[in-house]
Amino acid sequence: MKKILFESKSKMQKNERVINKILIILGVISILTTIGIILSLAEETIQFFRSVSIVEFFTSTKWTPMFEPANYGVLPLVMGTFLIVIFSSVISIPIGLGSAIYLSEYAPKKVRKILKPVLEILAGIPSIVYGYFALTSITPLIRSIFPNASVFNALSAGIAVGIMTIPMVSSLSEDAMMAVPDSLRLGAYALGSTKFEVATKIVVPAAFSGIAASFILAISRAIGETMIVAMAAGSTPKLTLNPLESIQTMTGYIVQISLGDVPAGSIGYKTIFAVGTLLFFITLILNILSRNIVRKYRRAY
Amino acid sequence: MSVLREDLVRLIDNPVSLQRRKIKNKFFHVVLFLCTIFGVVVLAFLLYDILKKGLPWLSVDFIKNFPSRFPKKSGIYPALLGSLMLILLTTVIAFPIGVGTAIYLEEYAGNNRFTELIKLNIANLAGVPSIIYGMLGLAVFVRALGMGRSILAGSFTMALLILPIIIISSQEAIRSVPGILKQASYALGTTKWQTVTGVILPYAIPGILTGTILAVSRALGEAAPLIVVGALSYVSFAPSSVMDSFTTLPIQIFNWASMPKKEFQNVAAAGIIVLLIILLAVNAIAIILRDKYQIRMKD
Repeated sequence: MKKILFESKSKMQKNERVINKILIILGVISILTTIGIILSLAEETIQFFRSVSIVEFFTSTKWTPMFEPANYGVLPLVMGTFLIVIFSSVISIPIGLGSAIYLSEYAPKKVRKILKPVLEILAGIPSIVYGYFALTSITPLIRSIFPNASVFNALSAGIAVGIMTIPMVSSLSEDAMMAVPDSLRLGAYALGSTKFEVATKIVVPAAFSGIAASFILAISRAIGETMIVAMAAGSTPKLTLNPLESIQTMTGYIVQISLGDVPAGSIGYKTIFAVGTLLFFITLILNILSRNIVRKYRRAY
Repeated sequence: MSVLREDLVRLIDNPVSLQRRKIKNKFFHVVLFLCTIFGVVVLAFLLYDILKKGLPWLSVDFIKNFPSRFPKKSGIYPALLGSLMLILLTTVIAFPIGVGTAIYLEEYAGNNRFTELIKLNIANLAGVPSIIYGMLGLAVFVRALGMGRSILAGSFTMALLILPIIIISSQEAIRSVPGILKQASYALGTTKWQTVTGVILPYAIPGILTGTILAVSRALGEAAPLIVVGALSYVSFAPSSVMDSFTTLPIQIFNWASMPKKEFQNVAAAGIIVLLIILLAVNAIAIILRDKYQIRMKD
């Protein structure tokens, strides 16, 4: 400290300017990352659409880019992703919201103190572990109930993705409910409401924007989840609504092709970038949507 | 508040017996509690299942051996080494950039469009699926910059992936520094940087470390971007330099779990135990570091 104080003032000012510049450059790295993502996706995607028509990509119902005759309809991959989103949401949204209501409105402090960290552990477990769990525990269970289910199926992967996203829904929803001022609760209790009535008629509606945002984020996460679907959902691009069949998602396709060591410039290399671009835009739109919901409907208390 | 009034009117018009409302409340109390417990039960079952399958396969040989065609001879050594090298390099790259960006945003940046752009951008980056970072890594680091399918390319990819987490948590930590401390420092005639290094960082470091460790554990468990970047499925040598090809624990687990031989599922479970132990250790380090620095702050 002493040494610094005796340095000349002009030298200190010069140092400050240099530090400021360095920090700006660091800040710009995040922007460069985004530009990098967009450019690297765009370059190969544009090349892809030089050989495949956009109309075929979005309307054809067959995805067989590596076979003859090659078909480039992305709908089966989108459908597979959609199936995973449905089953994971059926699990994560009600259970996540239920535990958020419990933790925020019902749980005694002591219980909350134990349960919350445990749910956080659930969020910290790598998705590869959930993929393994889906393949070795959930799938056999499903096949014992539905003997005609295939070894790889959308239901098993969807359930695992749902379990993985429970903590996301519950902790974000709980944050939103905790932000609801106590005066509203006390007012409702004073009118003779039960805890359940306070939770469902006062707290949940008041925190609705935050809760809705958490649902959208969980869906976005389910769309982008990769290892679970790569392990448990299968690799059969198919337009089906049957959850017991093997399917393929957008992310699952990218993994499958990447494992085959794609040479740059090949059609396989270009397809994963086209699918990646679609994935990027879908999740980007959902993330922006969730942020706007919070901003638009946030009530000031 | 109109909701309440409507309810009140409805109650007067159509009185529901108090008894029924209380029963409803009790019923949902149980249902909501079960929702919360669901996660705990799944976690317990998952851990039990993995320990039961994996523990018999866990041995010193398992740690020291290379992967093999035979489940009994299979080991995790190259993957373990690959994961550790990758994570070390990733942290070295991401930590200074992340903390620097957070300092810039919280202390230096003006309230202008450029700052808004960076903040919005970081929020968006945090929501980009990890596999997209893999494609960025493949196009930029592996191909354009010619790093090949190396640990270095993987580390840069992972560093970009965890950067938003480090930035956002560091920002929060820096924001929590009391303004009084900063003003006291400036009143002594310090420059901005002296205040940052002398007052703000020491105070914010526990929060910054916690966020960084969280980010590092995320990177330790990630497999998708590395598969796209091209981490090898079979490595018959231990990586010695950052330009070597490599594999990591999650990728090795993925490989074992996808093998047709049933026994490999148990080998995968043993791999998962190793991965979870490392994650646990990393988090323990975070807690120890945080406590240590917090005690120093009290002095």
